[in-house]
Amino acid sequence: MTATVHTLDARGLNCPLPILRTKKAINGLPSGEILEITATDPGSLKDMASFCSQTGNELVSSAQAEGSFVFRIRKA
Amino acid sequence: MSSTAHAFGAASKDLDAWFDRRFEEKMAEREAAHVPALTIIATKGTLDMAYPPFILASTAAALGWEVSVFFTFYGLALLKKSLDLRVTPLGNPAMPMKLPEGPRWIRGKELHLPTSLMTLMPGFDSVATSMMRKTMDKKGIARIEELRAMCIEAGVSLVACQMTVDLFDYGKDDFIPEITEWVGAASFLPRALKADVNLFV
Repeated sequence: MTATVHTLDARGLNCPLPILRTKKAINGLPSGEILEITATDPGSLKDMASFCSQTGNELVSSAQAEGSFVFRIRKA
Repeated sequence: MSSTAHAFGAASKDLDAWFDRRFEEKMAEREAAHVPALTIIATKGTLDMAYPPFILASTAAALGWEVSVFFTFYGLALLKKSLDLRVTPLGNPAMPMKLPEGPRWIRGKELHLPTSLMTLMPGFDSVATSMMRKTMDKKGIARIEELRAMCIEAGVSLVACQMTVDLFDYGKDDFIPEITEWVGAASFLPRALKADVNLFV
């Protein structure tokens, strides 16, 4: 089963905006669906992992590509 | 007789082991069901010091925590309908003075001026404020209005100090209607007592 992937562009935003926008986007998703976030804030690498462990959502992957970070989160 | 004592000893050991296990389970259950709570006391109303309470409050709310911020003294200004927050180098010797714009040779370079000298120049606070705002916009830092709106949306309770409004002769109409309550220290402290994290900014 492939989950629908929703995207969120958080490039150019600084702490805590990538997390706040992610939270907002996640809220609107049904459980099991994936949110893919692109961010440029280097702090988001650790913050996104912490956000997931606190909120119980699953951090499926986090990768670095061409000066930005791409996270995939599965909504719990 | 001795066999009874032996049996009793063994049963008590089993009981201890059972109790320890149940206790661990119950504690884990409790921890899993616990919603962390954060209380912040915001006492400053400058552009720079407006950030810590709103960043921490909005982020904690995004993490699913329960958050209350008590705005008192100059911090109450952060709840005004129209925000005109300013920043001053006076008393802030660690504030970096860098031009956000201009030719490459000067942009981003730290200007080494003593703060005592800077604050003697009329209008320097306005210059510092506009430089700070420009830098923040360029770096993708949220505006205070935006962070405050996110706090409200996330259900952060914004508690205003009743005494401050009387002290500074403010009108309650000057403040945003989303303020959850106007109270004093005695009403805020019991909430802080139950919170996991208490911060004074």
